[in-house]
Amino acid sequence: MNIDSIKNGIVIDHITAGKGMELYRLLSLGDLDCTVALIKNVGSKKMGKKDIIKIDADIDLSMDILGYVDPNVTVNVIREGKNVEKRRIGLPERLTDVIKCKNPRCITTTEQELSHVFVLTDKKAHVYRCLYCEAKADGNE
Amino acid sequence: MRNLIDIRDLSTTEIDELIAVANDIIANPGKYSEVCRGKKLATLFFEPSTRTRLSFEAAMYELGGNVLSVAGGNSSSAAKGESVADTAKTVSCYADIIAMRHPKEGAPLVASMNASIPVINAGDGGHNHPTQTLADLLTISREKGRLGNLTVGFCGDLKFGRTVHSLIAALSRYTGIKIVLISPTELRVPDYIKAEVMEKNAIPYEETTDLLSAMPELDILYMTRVQRERFFNEEDYLRLKDSYILTPDKLIGAKEDLSILHPLPRVNEIAVAIDNDPRACYFKQVFNGKIMRMALIMKLLEVTV
Repeated sequence: MNIDSIKNGIVIDHITAGKGMELYRLLSLGDLDCTVALIKNVGSKKMGKKDIIKIDADIDLSMDILGYVDPNVTVNVIREGKNVEKRRIGLPERLTDVIKCKNPRCITTTEQELSHVFVLTDKKAHVYRCLYCEAKADGNE
Repeated sequence: MRNLIDIRDLSTTEIDELIAVANDIIANPGKYSEVCRGKKLATLFFEPSTRTRLSFEAAMYELGGNVLSVAGGNSSSAAKGESVADTAKTVSCYADIIAMRHPKEGAPLVASMNASIPVINAGDGGHNHPTQTLADLLTISREKGRLGNLTVGFCGDLKFGRTVHSLIAALSRYTGIKIVLISPTELRVPDYIKAEVMEKNAIPYEETTDLLSAMPELDILYMTRVQRERFFNEEDYLRLKDSYILTPDKLIGAKEDLSILHPLPRVNEIAVAIDNDPRACYFKQVFNGKIMRMALIMKLLEVTV
């Protein structure tokens, strides 16, 4: 299968296979009117299988969302057909308005104007907790 | 400007300093009777509380300060839909320091992010209650003369008890602490407290359902109430409730210098007969709570004698 290379834009590479669609949704890539390709299950020497997203425009991407969903991705910035920048992401220390707190007792449930902020509390286990009530990001607590 | 939202906002050195001030207040109360003259504490209590609010207000009066009080969210602008942020900004124009209790977890933090005066968390839902922990720490310090090298038993509802979680977090920063968790299986300490607090700080702990067998090794016994509504069925509650009620016969085998603490209010989990036992410290805890709040208000207002 052939996907055209892009001239000016962004390639998100090394996405864990299966997470491409989640990133596509959280980054609101469906709202863009440029060409966007989500390629699933691409063969990879390093990862076995991986997903790739190609965006044919130079847009601002939320590094927080990328890092939270899949800290191992790489972001390649393409200009005039050349890869001019390769960024590794890693886990962000703080997430603002990326995910919502599910704790019904949290102040964010009644104060609508508050940003939903999560803080990385355990890097090893990828645990994020609500800044306000300390509930775990996935709500399983 | 500093706030107290979580007990971990204070370093162990700062806690030691607060305890030193508290001990001096107890020894020389007259020295402190005017230090907050002209200062105003606003107590914003958006959920019912008797002891904590009275304790804060008594503390401020004993420092020579004044109190502005909002008790019950229904009588305040919160009932009209005002946000915590706006309330904090408004009250900052009237008072010098805020003590806030709120049913929503994180509300005092939001207040502190918007107020221009210090904010003390006086309890936010089931989340934090740091001034209770300060009362507990002063009590332990005064009874034992130290905050390290202690075996501390927590008994009862360890799953939902915010005072238990905060005290475990506070004690986990001291050396030589061993924790014994005594509860029905249904009400064990949440896994994250074990992983992110005790294991992270290499605090040895054991879990048991048997208060009697744990008793002999304890220096401190922190009792909490096992509430009927926490159980899935009545049968389990009836089967378990008496196991976690402290009666004089359960103290056979306890150390002579054991200290029994309870955050209060008590319902029936400590028999009244124990009140006269010299090991009962829960009413001293109430007194110590007021003293620590005095020391804390002074620290946050940056007043000295």
